[in-house]
Amino acid sequence: MHPVYDVAIIGAGAVGTAVARELSRYHLKIILLEAKADVGMGTTKANTAIWHTGFDAKPGTLEARLLRRSYALMEKFVPEAGIPTEPLGGLLVAWTEDQYHTLPSLLERAHTNGVTDVRIISAEDVYRLEPRLNAGAWGGLFVPGESLLCPFTLPLAFATQAVINGAELRLNFRVQGIALEDGITRIVSEDGQTVAARYLVNAAGLYSDEIDRMLGHHDFTVTPRRGELIVYDKFARTLINHIILPVPTPITKGVLISPTVYGNILLGPTAEDLDDKTNTATSRQGLEMLLEKGRAILPDLMKEEVTATYAGLRAATEHKDYQIRLHAGQRYVCAGGIRSTGVSAAMGIADYIGGLLSEAGLELRPKDNFLPVHMPNIGQAAPRPYQQPERIAQNPDYGRIVCHCEKVSLGEILDAIHAPIPARTLDGLRRRTRAMQGRCQGFNCQAHIVDILARETGQDPRVLLALEKFPADPADDGGQS
Amino acid sequence: MTAERTDVLIVGAGPAGLSAALELKRLGVPRVTVVDREPQPGGMPRLCHHTGFGVWDFHRMLSGPQYARRYVRLAEAAGVEIRTETTVTGWADDHALTLTSPAGTGVLQSDAILLATGVRERPRSARLTPGYRPRGVFTTGSLQRFVDERHLPVGKRAVIVGAEEVSLSAFMTLTGAGLEVAAIVTELPRHQMNYFPYAPVKWLLVDMLHRVPVLTAARVERILGRFRVEGVEVSPVAGGERRVIPCDTVVFTGDWIPEHEVARSGELRMDAGTRGPQVDFAFRTSRAGIFAAGNLLRGAETAATSAAEGRRAAGWIARFLQGAPWPKVRLPVVAEPPIKWVFPNALSADTLRGEQPLTFRTADFVENAVVQVSQGNDVLYRQSFRYLTPNRTFRLDAAWLPRVALRGEPVRIRVA
Ligand SMILES: Cc1cc2nc3c(=O)[nH]c(=O)nc-3n(C[C@H](O)[C@H](O)[C@H](O)COP(=O)(O)OP(=O)(O)OC[C@H]3O[C@@H](n4cnc5c(N)ncnc54)[C@H](O)[C@@H]3O)c2cc1C
Ligand SMILES: Cc1cc2nc3c(=O)[nH]c(=O)nc-3n(C[C@H](O)[C@H](O)[C@H](O)COP(=O)(O)OP(=O)(O)OC[C@H]3O[C@@H](n4cnc5c(N)ncnc54)[C@H](O)[C@@H]3O)c2cc1C
Repeated sequence: MHPVYDVAIIGAGAVGTAVARELSRYHLKIILLEAKADVGMGTTKANTAIWHTGFDAKPGTLEARLLRRSYALMEKFVPEAGIPTEPLGGLLVAWTEDQYHTLPSLLERAHTNGVTDVRIISAEDVYRLEPRLNAGAWGGLFVPGESLLCPFTLPLAFATQAVINGAELRLNFRVQGIALEDGITRIVSEDGQTVAARYLVNAAGLYSDEIDRMLGHHDFTVTPRRGELIVYDKFARTLINHIILPVPTPITKGVLISPTVYGNILLGPTAEDLDDKTNTATSRQGLEMLLEKGRAILPDLMKEEVTATYAGLRAATEHKDYQIRLHAGQRYVCAGGIRSTGVSAAMGIADYIGGLLSEAGLELRPKDNFLPVHMPNIGQAAPRPYQQPERIAQNPDYGRIVCHCEKVSLGEILDAIHAPIPARTLDGLRRRTRAMQGRCQGFNCQAHIVDILARETGQDPRVLLALEKFPADPADDGGQS
Repeated sequence: MTAERTDVLIVGAGPAGLSAALELKRLGVPRVTVVDREPQPGGMPRLCHHTGFGVWDFHRMLSGPQYARRYVRLAEAAGVEIRTETTVTGWADDHALTLTSPAGTGVLQSDAILLATGVRERPRSARLTPGYRPRGVFTTGSLQRFVDERHLPVGKRAVIVGAEEVSLSAFMTLTGAGLEVAAIVTELPRHQMNYFPYAPVKWLLVDMLHRVPVLTAARVERILGRFRVEGVEVSPVAGGERRVIPCDTVVFTGDWIPEHEVARSGELRMDAGTRGPQVDFAFRTSRAGIFAAGNLLRGAETAATSAAEGRRAAGWIARFLQGAPWPKVRLPVVAEPPIKWVFPNALSADTLRGEQPLTFRTADFVENAVVQVSQGNDVLYRQSFRYLTPNRTFRLDAAWLPRVALRGEPVRIRVA
């Protein structure tokens, strides 16, 4: 007889992992089901990595409310869990007279959303804050609370904390069918595995509409909206001091230029509706459009080297708000259509979903020994192992640098391979350690890392390099990154 | 942190760094320390298992590893201290670098520093080649690490992007690993490989051009395949029909960028053309006591050229250690398109005799070119070239150097 879980969560992105973490605080048997070979492999790994305040969210929406709730929860969690972050603040720049005249309404909106430290600044002040910006700014809106975040560490931290507190993580489990019988939800995977649970949370991102339909609902349809981005070399980092935001339109937040917690500069994203939920390829038009925008905003950026390009897919729907609903009779919560703010809002969404489940009868009895989590630092603001003689003295592998561009040591790579949620793929290592994510993109160290990973995990290099039998959903998703 | 001292600190144990170290020992400098981040010294040639090294400096044809081992052995025998697995992570002050190694972190102080950190090829992402990010995309350097250093499987059928000298190196490595090369693709109208003067390499090139189609004036539009490369989509640069070349491996060759992290983080003045530190004929950077040599100065010359530069730089370092003053005035030499870079890219008073030529490369093919050197409105010199070919180095005579006004406007090199 298989166990019956109290709660099954579908999807291990920012939202699903945050829900798993939230519920693991209680005496509950939880299982997190993920189609891919690792957590955080969907939209959560390919975005602009801004920790949004929600200043520009549509007032009165669930999105606005949960972003605020999340902000407060994250202010505690992020430092405790050691998630790389930098509190830079956002500078929204008006480049035309029309845009300039929308600033007061944006200010009012921010205040309505409870983000009260936002202020309008003059063109002179814009250039005082950002002397390298192109000429022609009319003025700006300064949003002190907008910050940077590591979108790789965040879902790993959520999932790790859930796992060390007893939640089960089942990877390579692509949900294909759901049946409700006698108060039990039976979830069947593509390859015929079954999981039974009393409550179900759908956090399947781009596929949340399809899961929702398996339960008989037709509340929304997800349209993948591609966003392409360019990552610039770390030598570009000194060009800006803040997150440079454009004036948003109803369709998109627009193209921004932002530092990352690793010390690079991001330029993007584009916004383009597609019909293929797996199309995370970059395109010539997309990249050219970004270069044009980048040149207009920060001309000096064009003199720097490009480190990487990537694309992510927003789970856009026909609605303007998150699609979070409780179907109490089915003991089912849908958390779909988390379009462009889900990394920031995940903890607020999880908190809200906990409330909905409780409303539907799930008993939430807190554990008195909820274990904390602390993640390895891969950000540039805090010391890394190669800079810490104490750590190297304890273990010389922290002084043995494998990835030179990002200064990732053998010690960190081995830690990631043997972590509670272990890295099993090159991509998994990239996101956990930054190895192969620097200016040479692994051209120096990838062969070495394939060797280490193959040796430590007993996997055939041919599989790691996708030279042999790609499984239905290959371990190494070459797509988003 | 422990602060140590040495007389000359050299960053990079490639041909430039090691030959400089050897020469410094020969000139009687007591303590010469070379640090390299790799587990073995020798630099890039260590990874090029094919032939093509040593003719100029050792008068025999050697493979890259044989060549590297020779320099390492000579340096060790001369009493050079070589520290491997030691990465320079930054600057502690004007004459001290911070290091990380398995032994810990530390600071190494030195009267003079030579940066010889080499170059890398621009990876696919830096060339903005669209598509998914499948496995099977390499640079020549990374390919050689897979094949010769780690003996990892590569694939069956490859496309080489770029048609300069190093592309031939990629070809040799691929065919050595049993791959078929489906095509060589270059955006330029012709390939840019030299018919080397020595037979083995010359015949390799002839053989390659005989066996593999070279698609000129063509661009890789997209990489196909999600998890593993399945092909490349190629189209004429001028526009026109796209075609797909099936392959499971793509090698991006050439398109060099100096490994200038240490140089740039030391706030050395950088040259916009070479993207390496700006240096004068004496390999002096914009900071007193800091020298640079080898391919860090520009991508990319042969190992022998880099080694020769290391030796020459060593002479100037020795003079500096004996008290030769650091030039107060530096005049930039600026390359104008289609000239891509010129080297050296700064002039100083004590090196204006014009004994050594300058070198330069162009971005485009130019026929019957007149390269003109000017300062302000004065044309200092003109030199004719029948053909200028991109990705090849040309020499510019330097007899005009004594006529330069050091306190005047920058010297400009352009095609008239
Ligand atoms: C270009 C871009 C920029 C963005 N910028 C920001 C930003 O700056 N700040 C911010 O906060 N947000 C940003 N976002 C939005 C944010 O990335 C998303 O809102 C968030 O990642 C959504 O998380 P999720 O968990 O809902 O979805 P996902 O991360 O996509 O997770 C869903 C998971 O469900 C799994 N799954 C799907 N179907 C099944 C199935 N049948 N069975 C099992 N598992 C399944 C998937 O494999 C996936 O792992 C951006 C998004 C994009 C595209
Ligand atoms: C694929 C390929 C094929 C080639 N084929 C030929 C050929 O056939 N014949 C020929 O003559 N030449 C060939 N070359 C060129 C030759 O390899 C170079 O000219 C030569 O290596 C340049 O020497 P270098 O000392 O300037 O740099 P490199 O040899 O690149 O050495 C630089 C060294 O600096 C170290 N380093 C960098 N940064 C740091 C840091 N922060 N801390 C510590 N150490 C650091 C690196 O680890 C490296 O060992 C080839 C090059 C390539 C890439």
